[in-house]
Amino acid sequence: MGSDTIPLSVQDLTVAWSRKPVIWDVEFDVTPGQLVGIIGPNGAGKSTLLKAVMDLVPKASGRVEVFGRSWKQNRHRVGYVPQRESVDWDFPVSVLDVVTMGLYGKIGWFRPVLRRHRELAMRALERVGIGEYAGRQISQLSGGQQQRTFLARALVQEADLYLMDEPFSAVDAATEQAIVGLLRDMRTAGKTALVIHHDLHTVPDYFDSVVLLNMRVVAQGPTATIFTRENLERTYGGRLTLLDEATEAMRRRERNL
Amino acid sequence: MKDRRLQSLRAMAALLLCSFLLCGCGATPIDTRSESPLLRVLLLRDYNTRVVILGATLLGTGAGFVGCFTLLRRRALTGDALSHATLPGVGLAFLLAPVAGLDGKSLPVLLFGAAVSGGLGVMAILTIRALPRLKEDAALGIVLSVFFGAGIAILSIAQQLESGHLAGLESFIYGRTALMTASDARLIAWSGVAATATLFVFYRQFTLLCFDDGFAASRGYPVALLDVLLMTVVMLITIAGLQAVGLVLMIALLVIPPAAARFWTHQLHRMVLISAAIGSLSGLIGSAISGVFADLPSGAVIVLVCAGLFFFSLMFGGARGVFVRALRRRVLRQAIDREHLLRGIYELREQELRERESQPRPAAARLTELHELRTWTVRQLQRQISRCESEGLVWRRADGEIELTERGLIEAERLVHNHRLWELYLMTHADVAASRVDRQADAVEHVLEPALIARLEQLMEQERGRRIIPQSPHAKEVS
Repeated sequence: MGSDTIPLSVQDLTVAWSRKPVIWDVEFDVTPGQLVGIIGPNGAGKSTLLKAVMDLVPKASGRVEVFGRSWKQNRHRVGYVPQRESVDWDFPVSVLDVVTMGLYGKIGWFRPVLRRHRELAMRALERVGIGEYAGRQISQLSGGQQQRTFLARALVQEADLYLMDEPFSAVDAATEQAIVGLLRDMRTAGKTALVIHHDLHTVPDYFDSVVLLNMRVVAQGPTATIFTRENLERTYGGRLTLLDEATEAMRRRERNL
Repeated sequence: MKDRRLQSLRAMAALLLCSFLLCGCGATPIDTRSESPLLRVLLLRDYNTRVVILGATLLGTGAGFVGCFTLLRRRALTGDALSHATLPGVGLAFLLAPVAGLDGKSLPVLLFGAAVSGGLGVMAILTIRALPRLKEDAALGIVLSVFFGAGIAILSIAQQLESGHLAGLESFIYGRTALMTASDARLIAWSGVAATATLFVFYRQFTLLCFDDGFAASRGYPVALLDVLLMTVVMLITIAGLQAVGLVLMIALLVIPPAAARFWTHQLHRMVLISAAIGSLSGLIGSAISGVFADLPSGAVIVLVCAGLFFFSLMFGGARGVFVRALRRRVLRQAIDREHLLRGIYELREQELRERESQPRPAAARLTELHELRTWTVRQLQRQISRCESEGLVWRRADGEIELTERGLIEAERLVHNHRLWELYLMTHADVAASRVDRQADAVEHVLEPALIARLEQLMEQERGRRIIPQSPHAKEVS
């Protein structure tokens, strides 16, 4: 497999605030056409990992390749869905405005937004199932609708690799199903998604492979072989409640097999 | 977006035109007559008054425009620290200008000094903020007070060195428009135009920066550079406003107009225009008032007028003002009461209505029956009955019962149908329903797909036959 077909390759990545490392020696390759979950406890450096990949935080060491080239050269092939809480949802813009922001790169700095662009944004909104909210001000959206708006903004870029920071956090069941459906459609279309995920129950159901992260990569590979109780214990340490959750997840998975 | 752009373009063009016009007429003196001071101000008789008012108006416009973005970027207080940080620069420029062979009291020289030390202040904020364990508010507090203190010290040294020549320097602290000359007004105009033009050119980039800087950075936008550009624009406006409003009160013009504009609209391009309008009105009215009452310092008056406009917006703002919100709540409450009344009468008589479907079907209920249905007071109920009566939906019979008119019956049937569909939807699709139930949607059809409604209606028919769900969740209370 040529390196330009690997959507994301992270080598020897270390990020540190002053002297305390946040993630260190992280290495993994993402297989094309897969849904990949990044799993780990709070403070494990999951968001930092995504941000380091996108050059949003300075790297202490390491190299990131996106489809065989540097982030800068290939960032147009990557869509990003930030955490929903990262923005002020009272901001005076409409839903369609937010989705159109995903097209700013294509539109260019000093050219106007055309009807063609707004139609693309509208189609993305319809894909995530909230086309009827296009004209609303974003503060009128529910949590799930906000998350869908962010997804639409990433979809409209027509990227090949998507990086998503907790798209499932605090959304209603309908939105969760809609997002899972979208992710599977994307996979069918040959796209790849790297998703930070919290709910251990749904991991075996949603993801083809996982990266278990706790400052360093504990294990990574196909969910079937890597998402094991032993690996989860190594990732989450002695946090019992989480371990119980994990055990339950394992039991459910075994039942489904 | 295109028409929005056009709108903004027009506003920009108007602003540019204004500033040229104002500079033009500001520069041609008209003979002053012996009129009352009020009239002279109102008619812009005085050359000086004209200059001052026009300058202050332009300043307000520019500050209102720029302030929108700093407020949304949550950098409003950085503007305050910046304006305080200009003071040592003013003092030093005054002291050092003669060394360089310049006039220490010429405005461009003083403002240049102000810009340099303001820039240093912003850099100091960024440096302190980057230190471990110190947050933005600490950085702002330190820079604001230290620079201002240094400025006061330098001014008092200057006072001792060249006593008597200092007149005017203090005006940078509290602002005094009376000293403004035509060339000063022109300076303000050009800074305003430059600041506005920059924001206009980078409008979309600044919007993205303010809304979601993480996303902007991930798309390759130079976020740090855009922030510097935004701060430069703030600096330009602040420097322009030093003389008229003063560095202590400059922050008011940058924060209050956009905050007030937020009560009028949910759309950024409108917010920007409204904010600019509020800013310019404050400048205009404030400087005019301080022109009439010569003892009132212009900066303070401008800020007070601004605050008055803010209060007005807070109360009467069309998007989220106090009154609009109260009105909206009232309308909603009445709509709910109306629905309760119509549905109440209908459901009380539903059995009889159904039994004689083909005959004329009067549906009436006693006041006490209706009162028991819900938690409303008799007065509330009476008022709602009167309202529905004037709408022609019900009428009071001679025996005191409230009867649905023909139109009322149709409306009640529709409401009941709608309500039950929602209830059924909640029950059958409990997992997804919560996010979609929309009480304010006039009809289920506007929210749910036709196929889903057809299925729900089918279900409703079946259940009516089987009586599995109660006809109304409130039926128990009545029986």
